[in-house]
Amino acid sequence: MNFNVSLVAMDYSSMVSFLLEGTVKAVELFFLTIVLSLPLGLLVARLRLSKIMVVQIPIKLYLLIMRGTPLILQLMFFMFFPPLVLGIPVDRFTVAVFSFTVNYAAYFAEIYRGGIESIPVGQQEAAYVLGLSPLQTFMRITLPQVVKRIIPTIANESMTLVKDTALASVIGVTELFRNAESMKATYFSVVPIAVAGLFYLIMNSVVAAFYSRVEKKLNYYKG
Amino acid sequence: MPTDEILSVSHVSKSFGELDVLKDMSLSVSRGEVVSVIGPSGSGKSTLLRVVNQLERAESGLISVCGRVLCQNDDKGHAVYADKETLKSIRLSIGLVFQSFHLFPHYSILKNITEAPVLVLKKSREEAEDTAHELLKKLGLSEKESAFPYQLSGGQQQRAAIARTLAMNPQMIFFDEPTSALDPELTGEVLKVIRSLADEHMTMVVVTHEMAFAGELSDRIIFMDQGVIIEEGAPEAVFSSDHERTRQFLQHYSK
Repeated sequence: MNFNVSLVAMDYSSMVSFLLEGTVKAVELFFLTIVLSLPLGLLVARLRLSKIMVVQIPIKLYLLIMRGTPLILQLMFFMFFPPLVLGIPVDRFTVAVFSFTVNYAAYFAEIYRGGIESIPVGQQEAAYVLGLSPLQTFMRITLPQVVKRIIPTIANESMTLVKDTALASVIGVTELFRNAESMKATYFSVVPIAVAGLFYLIMNSVVAAFYSRVEKKLNYYKG
Repeated sequence: MPTDEILSVSHVSKSFGELDVLKDMSLSVSRGEVVSVIGPSGSGKSTLLRVVNQLERAESGLISVCGRVLCQNDDKGHAVYADKETLKSIRLSIGLVFQSFHLFPHYSILKNITEAPVLVLKKSREEAEDTAHELLKKLGLSEKESAFPYQLSGGQQQRAAIARTLAMNPQMIFFDEPTSALDPELTGEVLKVIRSLADEHMTMVVVTHEMAFAGELSDRIIFMDQGVIIEEGAPEAVFSSDHERTRQFLQHYSK
């Protein structure tokens, strides 16, 4: 490697733009994961609440594996198992989205389940007596009340997800953290790492502000 | 079967595990009749309502509503239920008012009342709202239309719940201890509504601990204990009964 002075001297504008590229990648990963895992989690929660054992047992196993093993390990598994064992080529970013989605859906499922079980059974009974179908009851009576109750927890998980996107660096996704690491190596400086930290903080303040708005919006009723 | 019989419960049994909640229960209600069910806690009063409303399943016996069979015994003596459509139409013919209201907290009072008529009876929103306006006016809640349940007193919430039930235009209404969750000063406004429904000859079965009210309002009083009907008859007859358990129970209320 031939270092010359101009390369080692910190070029702030190119550093920042490189970090911003990583930020865009992180944001993409975040949004795709949220958009896919929130509905998937709801579906998993419904299946988890099924009284049919053949449905419930595999779901419990899935929840245990996803929540019981490190996400970083899951990323590696989905990155290397398909090409090395099955001979199927995979794309890094797709693997990242997939891994994050199935992992976060497991956590969201348990959050939904807690929420669903916290709604008084009388709500369902009232809907049933009024003739609402099970689907109408769930979509119109139960779910809106569940959403209000779980927003603070979902906000929590979402903020964790913003930070967890850094884990995608282990399978070579050029997101914020990986870019910061390569800048650190290039410039022999921890400044890019600190700047990345600031970027994560900014992303999460947006996420936090969004959820607190949603929470306020849902505050039109109590109970 | 007499033509004015609206509900017939015959030899119905229901248990929760080891506990027999209803034992070979039989009961008949005629159109326009007001029946009060009294008895100690755990006597099966609420379960009786819940079985007829399909919130619980009977293990054996026959239940028919307006001449339609809800369930009847097979040759082994186990209750077999009607098909889904019949069950739903029977369910819709009976309104149930709960002890703790169970209004939908995320809906305004108006929407609480219009939701089921729109979704289930397929009424237009305008028509459902017209009916709701009328009902709320009648029950003295016109000003609370756009309020949410948490903003109402218990008595107002229960009246709104009664309006929600009436909006479905049921053939008969069950009340499951409608005033038990209310402060004493709020029970009056709910009892007044029930009384006005009785004046309109609404068929009602009321599980209650309000003895004076039951006595004044009911055509018939049923005293239940441990899953069986101990006694039934006109209020005067039951209240002056010689039956030991009835007297023991009523003593608690005569002070």
